[in-house]
Amino acid sequence: MITPQHSNALMILIPAYNEGGAIRRVVTEVRGLLPQIPVLVIDDCSTDDTRTEALAAGAGVISVPYHLGLGGCVQAGYRYAYDAGFSYVIRIDGDGQHDPQFIPTLFRTLRDSPVQMVIGSRYLQGKVPATSFARGVGIWFFRQILKLILEKEVHDPTSGFVGVNRQALEVFARSFPLEYPEIEALVVLQRRQFRFAEVPVVMRPRLAGVSTITALKSFYYVLHVLLGVVVNILKYEGKRRKG
Amino acid sequence: MDRLLNIVAGMSVLLIGLVFFAIRRAHIRVEYSVSWLSAALVMLVLSQWQWALRQVAEFLGVNNAPFALLLIILSLFLIVFFRFSVIISDLKDANIALTQKLAILEYQLQHVQEKHSPSRDA
Repeated sequence: MITPQHSNALMILIPAYNEGGAIRRVVTEVRGLLPQIPVLVIDDCSTDDTRTEALAAGAGVISVPYHLGLGGCVQAGYRYAYDAGFSYVIRIDGDGQHDPQFIPTLFRTLRDSPVQMVIGSRYLQGKVPATSFARGVGIWFFRQILKLILEKEVHDPTSGFVGVNRQALEVFARSFPLEYPEIEALVVLQRRQFRFAEVPVVMRPRLAGVSTITALKSFYYVLHVLLGVVVNILKYEGKRRKG
Repeated sequence: MDRLLNIVAGMSVLLIGLVFFAIRRAHIRVEYSVSWLSAALVMLVLSQWQWALRQVAEFLGVNNAPFALLLIILSLFLIVFFRFSVIISDLKDANIALTQKLAILEYQLQHVQEKHSPSRDA
């Protein structure tokens, strides 16, 4: 069972849904680079062999009994890490897009800077990676919105390559946006006057599978996240139940 | 006008019957049937007690009493739907929290069982 071996322990969290084609390589790569760091995969009720592949690669696997979606899945990992006593969690995707070589950079920033969250940003390297027009417009739009709310630029607000410290972990273990959580999570942190930093990373093509984001879904994404941001700004936390 | 009011009364009675039937069969919990019963009763009373309906229409500034009744019905149903959206959201939050806790406990239990399994001791 994954437990922290010392104070200030780091855990790698990988939410995965039908990532059977990539998860073994992702976990193996992380464990090869960082053998001392425990890797926890949250299997979001996959219908393929994600669970067995992740176990075979040496990860701890928590399987949720029904499909929760990305936010619910990530929150399960945050809950576990918080209860187990981890001080830091870095989340990477299960499709291989996030290069584990950048994990130490994220971790150092998280540990040594007065921030509660670190985002691996693909737009800080100078060379802007190719992305679809719809996604590009969406990212630009949310950058402007977040700049107004956070009073600080976020270069890659949709990045899922994210590290959090124990303070943020405590907040996210209790309350985490369910669908498309990245942008809303920033607003949740801002409401608690938490700080974040971005570090440059290089994203890779996914190892297996295809993106499920269509034009219609992109439109829904923008509407949903926009509403989520407004709701999070207006949310009254006093009556929130303990989850 | 009378026909419309009678149709509304008939629908109210049908709704009340349906709710009681669902309660008897345990298809709906009593606390959640209250909203529907209240809405149906208001519809029934206003459709059969025309003086009250006219008073309400006058209060709302509507000349046409049946139109006022339809407006009230629409408002009642919107309130009921909103109440149920709140209940569903609450249930979804609870469901997700339970699912996460169950998954974590299952993971911990597996490790405890592996630790104490006879094959391990052998």
